[in-house]
Amino acid sequence: MSALSKTLRKDQLEGFLERLLEEREVLAPVRRARSVILEKIDSSREVALGYGNTKESPKCALFPQRETLFGYRAEKGRVEMDVPQGNEKGQVLFGVRPCDARGLLLLDRVFGGDCRDPYFARKRAKTVVVSLGCVNPNPTCFCHATGGGPCSLEGSDLLFLDLGDRFLVEAGTEKGAALLDAQVFEEADKESLALAETIKKEAAASMKPLTVKENLKDQLEKLFDDPVWSELAETCLGCGICTYLCPTCHCFDLCDEAAGQTGERIRVWDSCQFPLFTQQASGFNPRPTVKERFRQRIMHKFSYLPETQAMLGCVGCGRCIIECPVNLDIREAITSLSEGNAR
Amino acid sequence: MMKNPYVPFPMRIDEILVETEDENIKTFELSFVGREDEDRFVYTPGQFAEISVFGKGEAPFGMASTPTRRGRLAFSVSKIGVVTGALHQMERGAVVGVRGPLGNGYPLETFKGKNLVLIGGGFGFSTLRSLTNFILHDSNRKAYGDLTVIYGARNPGLLLYKKDLEAWQERGDLRLHLTVDKGENGWQGHVGFVPDVTRSVAPDPENAYAVVCGPPAMIHFTLPVLKELGFGDEKILLSLEMRMKCGIGKCGRCNMGSKYICSDGPVFSQAELLRLTGEAHF
Repeated sequence: MSALSKTLRKDQLEGFLERLLEEREVLAPVRRARSVILEKIDSSREVALGYGNTKESPKCALFPQRETLFGYRAEKGRVEMDVPQGNEKGQVLFGVRPCDARGLLLLDRVFGGDCRDPYFARKRAKTVVVSLGCVNPNPTCFCHATGGGPCSLEGSDLLFLDLGDRFLVEAGTEKGAALLDAQVFEEADKESLALAETIKKEAAASMKPLTVKENLKDQLEKLFDDPVWSELAETCLGCGICTYLCPTCHCFDLCDEAAGQTGERIRVWDSCQFPLFTQQASGFNPRPTVKERFRQRIMHKFSYLPETQAMLGCVGCGRCIIECPVNLDIREAITSLSEGNAR
Repeated sequence: MMKNPYVPFPMRIDEILVETEDENIKTFELSFVGREDEDRFVYTPGQFAEISVFGKGEAPFGMASTPTRRGRLAFSVSKIGVVTGALHQMERGAVVGVRGPLGNGYPLETFKGKNLVLIGGGFGFSTLRSLTNFILHDSNRKAYGDLTVIYGARNPGLLLYKKDLEAWQERGDLRLHLTVDKGENGWQGHVGFVPDVTRSVAPDPENAYAVVCGPPAMIHFTLPVLKELGFGDEKILLSLEMRMKCGIGKCGRCNMGSKYICSDGPVFSQAELLRLTGEAHF
């Protein structure tokens, strides 16, 4: 149990969110038709709790699907560029699931490093992640197999856990602790802490056993040329929805949108599942079929990223399982590959 | 490296040279518009830059110029896609954007005191031209051993940098072997494939490095020849190509095994490539 644990009565939640809204933008789960999405709210009343997970991952708030890198005006012999300076208000991502909070840690590594991405970094520095622990994980959830857990604090500035009439609120960072306004947050009593432990244990126990084996990375390298990839990818349409909804997928394209002499250089999400992703101007494509592209996605998540970023490129959110139009299940791929079910 | 790695700086097209008979490859000589950009652009042969044609987008090109010549950068551009097509339409005086230098470049320190064989094919010769001119520069030549350059093209009309080739042939401190797949237009030189030429003219592998840059088929058939000659995998350097966008190891496009061609490469030893997954093997 973290050193800093407080409780918040449920009837105080709206007040807490309203105070956050005074100074920052708040993105929270909002019900839209049959989905719950993470969206900018104007009032705490819009917040919908009791969801499995949001349709899209919170990466959208830091690495939007379309982002202007700079504007330009090009005339014969001269060009002027205008780089947006970023006057974003601080933002709170409220109600993020713990899997997605961990996913942001991978993005931190990718967009950080030796060559920092200024657009991501600027937003990230002004973002507070307030997660909501999963009391009832979805049947498609497998965070526990990827190093996380339904109530994991990793990646969250604050973690809320539903105790019935109140939330247990744990601070994962100083940034989170700073939001724990003394007037409404109470010291967590023994009873709350004990109840939280029970709820956490039950949540974890409700998940189907699955492990990503330690040796998966080596196994994948050995299986690189195995025919198993053809079988695994056989029904894949290459639609890329798995990568778009994934909280850790971060591939992008850079392109120009021009109108006469002015225009913008924009960054848009791209996907390794698309043939044009790697097709060279000569027509040569190092990943010519769905098989190579499917393999790339799995290899990148379970072999390459563990090597380069010391973290799996999967946090077990299950979105790719829920939304796959042909019911491909990444858990089956992992299991079959790690057990060496391949020939 | 610039502060915002996505924002290019302006360069002006000073000169455009049509390199090949079919006019599909032109070399653009660019000069810096801003003095501070020039000071910041410190590069090594084998590195590359992203060139922006505003309104069309960006594409990566290896520097064909040598860093020993200040003030200008040269890029050879094959007219093949949207950006390259637009570049080919541009005229002297026009301004393009440049981001770079990007990538690792050739390991010049490792090469010091060593004999070198540079093996290039087709369009892939541009960064080897940079390396050759770098080594031949008065301030560098003594630091390196014997230099053998093997350069092949499909036909004589497709050989780039003809002025350089003539000048190199005049020199006594470099052995230049040109070859074409198909001789025509009164070609007096050698006809044959790069791997065969390599077999007959490559230096003793002792104290030598081989640098290979060219189309995948050329690399595929040249590697076994180098191995046969006794070049160890760590003594063979390759400059690779993948589709690239960001050039800084973020956008994911040029990922090959656990490496990004743009930021970990584009230059790798054959030993490094063999440690990666199958995609990186020729």
